[in-house]
Amino acid sequence: MISASIISGLGLGSMYALLALGFHVTFIVSRTVNFAQGSAMMLGAVFGFTLYQTWGLPLWLAVPIALMLAAIYGLAIERFLVRPFASRGSDGWLMATVAGGILVDNLVLFTFGKEPRQFPSDWASSTVELFGSGVYIQQLLIPAMGLLLAAALMLVNRYTRLGKVLQATVQNPDAASLMGIRVPRVISIAFAVSTVLAAIAGLLIAPLFSVSSDMGTLFGLKAFAVAILGGIASAPGVLVAGLLFGVIEALVTAQLGSAFTQIITFSLVIVALALRPDGLFGKRRLLKV
Amino acid sequence: MSSKRSILGKGLKAAALATAVTAASVSAQAAETIKVGLVAALSGQSAKSGEAITRGLSVAIDEINANGGVLGKQIELVRRDDESNPSRGLLAARELIQKEEVAVIFGGLDTPVSMALVPVMNQLKVPYMGTWAAGTAITHNGAEENYAFRVSAVDEIVDEALLRYSIKHYNTQKPGMMLINNPWGESNERGLMKAIESRDMPIAGLEKFESGDVDVVPQLTRLKEAGADTLYMVGNVSPSAQVVKSLDRMGWDVPIVSHWGPAGGRFSELAGPNADRVEFIQTFLFAPEGEDPKGDAVFAALQDKYPEIKTHADVTPAVGIANAYDAMHLVALAMEKAGTVEGPALREGFYAIDEYEGLIKTYSKPFTPENQDALGPDDYVFAHFVDGAIVPVSK
Repeated sequence: MISASIISGLGLGSMYALLALGFHVTFIVSRTVNFAQGSAMMLGAVFGFTLYQTWGLPLWLAVPIALMLAAIYGLAIERFLVRPFASRGSDGWLMATVAGGILVDNLVLFTFGKEPRQFPSDWASSTVELFGSGVYIQQLLIPAMGLLLAAALMLVNRYTRLGKVLQATVQNPDAASLMGIRVPRVISIAFAVSTVLAAIAGLLIAPLFSVSSDMGTLFGLKAFAVAILGGIASAPGVLVAGLLFGVIEALVTAQLGSAFTQIITFSLVIVALALRPDGLFGKRRLLKV
Repeated sequence: MSSKRSILGKGLKAAALATAVTAASVSAQAAETIKVGLVAALSGQSAKSGEAITRGLSVAIDEINANGGVLGKQIELVRRDDESNPSRGLLAARELIQKEEVAVIFGGLDTPVSMALVPVMNQLKVPYMGTWAAGTAITHNGAEENYAFRVSAVDEIVDEALLRYSIKHYNTQKPGMMLINNPWGESNERGLMKAIESRDMPIAGLEKFESGDVDVVPQLTRLKEAGADTLYMVGNVSPSAQVVKSLDRMGWDVPIVSHWGPAGGRFSELAGPNADRVEFIQTFLFAPEGEDPKGDAVFAALQDKYPEIKTHADVTPAVGIANAYDAMHLVALAMEKAGTVEGPALREGFYAIDEYEGLIKTYSKPFTPENQDALGPDDYVFAHFVDGAIVPVSK
């Protein structure tokens, strides 16, 4: 029973982590987040379904196109919902991205349809035995992909030119700008990366769940809790917090019953933040006066 | 100037005359028809339910009007969208009663909307006829003069039927429950617990799940470890499908006896190859051609009126159509009995109906002041999905 819960939890936890990494990426470069992350996850699944199922494109083509469209979505959010506010020092982007997400959810409701659809996958139809409980291969693929992407993100950050540019922007946007780094462009890229991460999560979860216009809403909310819990400025922190959140959620449900799931998981988040206000792995930011 | 004024004067006179003529014809038309209202979800996730109810009502109204109408007048349907939102529904109902002067209001799929409407209907003394929402308290509302009638399933009776069915066919001794975490789930929690307690039966557990849950293996594992031999399930299409997929992963082959949630949308697509394991209640299914003459006739009328309907699979689930069809005919009979469409008299008219040979069954004294639900525990059929179509379970 415990092994089954842990596998379920790791799968869900990696979903939260992927979305939360999206929050992390934009936060570190611009101190803003995209509250439409849930809708980006949904768009990944909806684009994937439409291209693969409705239009009949092969999967190897449908997935990159879906991710590309998700990246464009991220660029648009940054350009139209974040930059106009952030550049004036206003916090309006907060409400603007929430509103943008709701708008997109509703547009999809009207165009994609009201009925949830099933994304077919061979990896989500036959089970394999693992520690005495049956799991779909897709369920194992999700944490594997989650870890891989998080690792890739960290490697890019540490060893590539793009990473250096990102680091420079994070440390001091003004100095980076003077050194010839086009800061607005770096921020745009960060938003594209964040929506692509969310879209990957959407594509991975779709075969296990169903594709519908509101599939990302709850995920987006939980992922934000995970990002704060992990310490939004720390990528490994966000990843570990995501996995932890998923596993605790599954274990609480299995041991105490579903009535306690939300109560206990969110209470734990509050307790954790009370003890460590900057998140489990966050470092306290020094304010220079 | 004067000619201008006289032209203006003539114009005004003509306009006044035209208005008077139009008003007269409108009032004459109003007097010739009896309006009935529908407040249901015509947009949003549940729009299909509103469409099914509209189709059932329209076919019945066409039949009634072709036979000379009711009390010498034609019936006219006026529809309003409640968007599955109680306050929208309430506004729509008030408008229909006060402005359109409808004689009766038919209700839709959503229990919360119906629950909001009923107290107002009782207060305004206009009969409410439920065609889908199954919440027990809609008709059992405690009002001294109860204007809420229903031709549909009732949660409490459904729950009793689920137990009877599973005990008969699966020898259930220790059931587990998987209920959606919303008011509908709660309504059935009460009903199921009542039915279980009346039998002194032990339960394996009661688990809730959310409509957005991706994985319900933890809940199901608890029920399995507690020794559940049958699952009672209450949830809409998508969450019910998640239960089936999670069972599939666990390799747990347990009977699933369900409320009618899965009977809509694309349950077989969402739940995968094991969708047929779920046996759920329905109030009506169109039988294969030739087996039920009344059903054949109504289906032919539906096809005539709505050419997009080709097979029985195009009217899935049929409950909305059948409930609405019978409800409209029962309303017409009540009007004939009452001799008027005034609310209080019309309410008495419902109690005076003796017998009506309907689509779902032959109703005999369908309504009494003690029981305003026309369907009972013996009027449910159990069905499951086979190749995307809802067919009766052959047992």
